[in-house]
Amino acid sequence: MTLNELVDFSGLASEAILKEEFDTEAERDLAAQQMQKRIAEMRSSVERGLTSDKASITGMVGWNAKGLWEADDVLKAPLLKRVQAYAMAVNEENARMGRIVAAPTAGSAGTLPGALLGVADHLELSDEHLLNPMFLAAGIGKIIGQSMFIAGATGGCQAEIGSSAAMAAAAVCELLGGTAHMSVHAATMALMNTIGLVCDPVGGYVEVPCVSRNAFFSVHAVSSAQLALAGLESVIPPDEVVGAMASVGRMLPAELRETGEGGIAATPTGRRIALKMLGENTDM
Amino acid sequence: MSLLDVIGPVMVGPSSSHTAGACRIALLARHCLGCQPDQAQLELHGSFAKTGKGHGTHQALLAGLLGCYPDDERIPKALELAKAAGLEFDFMEKDLGDVHPNTVRLNLQKAEAKVSVVGSSLGAGLVKMIRINQFEANFSGSYHTLLIEHDDKPGVIARVARVLADDEVNIATIHSARQKRGGKALMSIEMDKRPAQYALEYLTNVSYISWLRMLPEVMSGDKHDAE
Repeated sequence: MTLNELVDFSGLASEAILKEEFDTEAERDLAAQQMQKRIAEMRSSVERGLTSDKASITGMVGWNAKGLWEADDVLKAPLLKRVQAYAMAVNEENARMGRIVAAPTAGSAGTLPGALLGVADHLELSDEHLLNPMFLAAGIGKIIGQSMFIAGATGGCQAEIGSSAAMAAAAVCELLGGTAHMSVHAATMALMNTIGLVCDPVGGYVEVPCVSRNAFFSVHAVSSAQLALAGLESVIPPDEVVGAMASVGRMLPAELRETGEGGIAATPTGRRIALKMLGENTDM
Repeated sequence: MSLLDVIGPVMVGPSSSHTAGACRIALLARHCLGCQPDQAQLELHGSFAKTGKGHGTHQALLAGLLGCYPDDERIPKALELAKAAGLEFDFMEKDLGDVHPNTVRLNLQKAEAKVSVVGSSLGAGLVKMIRINQFEANFSGSYHTLLIEHDDKPGVIARVARVLADDEVNIATIHSARQKRGGKALMSIEMDKRPAQYALEYLTNVSYISWLRMLPEVMSGDKHDAE
């Protein structure tokens, strides 16, 4: 299936994804059980992340989610704070070798739980409402993955966080009653506005900017869902946007694809941190 | 790719390639040896060597050798666990040549049993095993995998295929490599289900077959889903 086909589906987008993936009721039920476990794992990683301030392996992150979660809500925007804190909680758990659910990668694992669990909790929706949106998110990721490798080393960060934001945008959109048309446009707008983002982690570690980036792009996903639910659409058809992202990925020089040789990784401070870690690494 | 591969695996962080992939490679290597090693020499290539520590690659590899799957919360403590389990290990940096940047060679030993395995972590937790002892290999851990070392004689592959066919086991991929004409050869067969135990026992007695290992599928294996 393509996104252009999914956008015209008359039912819920998740229904189309489930129909395409599973031939029998039994297969579908088994997958649903496994997806429920993934939702529970995501919840668990959020809870651990919000209450821990243990430093990551390198010591660059580890207290951001808890710090935000316990800070005053000066903006009086509890949804915003919740979404950002949840996203960072997952990525900080990841950075301290806690257990997380890759979605689609470990580095972008916070975006989907940040947006989807954040919105659900804000609106006090129970977890059974999350199952179909989760399958939709997975389906969107799978379709994007057919056009490009979902890895920072091949497509830049746009391929990782762009995919996770598109998945999350569609999921939130459907959770809030969006049609297939709206959900696919939510994903498309999220993707379109991520194109060009480079993968430049300091020292090559999944910490800076990855942790804060998940906070930003979980909000980005919620924004996309909001626009789509209000009837806004991408002028460029969904599959053409995916094609554009894949094409930009191929244009990115190696320095900006997870090598630590460009972007913020190549700043004087970024290089200093990388050298320091390398020194500690060789001591081992 | 299934939907549960996109949202998944459930894994201990921080990196699907440096942690989850490394764990899976070592887990497959353990099954190549056929038991838990008591000595392991781990040669890290490229990015595995350079950024291994910050990504928990060392812990993930040892955890895999101890039989852990990528979602096992004992992974961060694997160095201590390995020592407690009497596993002697030695990490070293090594240029393994023209291979993927995330590649490791594991030289494993338990008493008389020895195996040397090379695997690459391709990203998103996917792995490819590229060498078993002196043989080129090609399997992914996404299927039940049968490894058979045999003499390079006519009909051995057909014989193995016949046994699998009789057990109604469908072959997904098959790869065969030999040292030299008439020398030793290794085949790796990826299958949609695990052959019955009696079929495997039968194969170990087939002429010209000198070594056989049955490796589990390790990809959908969040252990927690399996249990």
